Amino acid sequence: MIKVEFLGPIGKEPVEIEASTLRELSSKLKADKELLEWLDICAVAINDTMVNNLDISLKSGDRVSILPPVCGG
Amino acid sequence: MELYEGSLDTKEIFGRWLDEQSNSNYGAYIPFVGTIRAEDNIDALSFDIYEPVLKAWFDSWQKKAEERGAIVKMAHAIGDVPVHTSSYVSAVFSPKRRVALELIDEFVEDFKANAPIWKYDIIDGKRIYAIDRSNQMDGAGLLS
Repeated sequence: MIKVEFLGPIGKEPVEIEASTLRELSSKLKADKELLEWLDICAVAINDTMVNNLDISLKSGDRVSILPPVCGG
Repeated sequence: MELYEGSLDTKEIFGRWLDEQSNSNYGAYIPFVGTIRAEDNIDALSFDIYEPVLKAWFDSWQKKAEERGAIVKMAHAIGDVPVHTSSYVSAVFSPKRRVALELIDEFVEDFKANAPIWKYDIIDGKRIYAIDRSNQMDGAGLLS
């Protein structure tokens, strides 16, 4: 299972999802209508490393973080 | 990298950083202070931070600075920060001024673009995500 965390203002509890690639995870997350607008504007980290490729493989125990637009300072 | 609950004690932080490097032979020290402005009826700003990715982001900048003979420093507040107090400070030490001037610009701008920190306005006790002033991080929209 993949643990998905929704950071900052998304305000959604973590979920566990079965997926073998980020592409598969994307299609499962998009089934949640509440998440659609967030996914358009959010960046992604796997096990705290930022990623930019949907073909990345996932293995059980991986942690995927969804990061909304930022504004530090 | 330092994180604090609430407003930063800027004088203590800058003084300590200066003392720590007093014998390092850096010729230039450029501090930057971010202060909460009173605007749009806010009482304070409030911040959430995702520390693991922030630490990785900061470490990558420390490496870039080291390649130029410099070091970068930063401190940020977590939670509520009232107007007219500081939520963010950073600094660059380098042997000569030119590297420090360039690096503080690049470091602070990339901080605004890619440091995983979320800002909220505090108005009448409500905490409202400042989405209009926020920036999508590199790679945003990957899962859309």
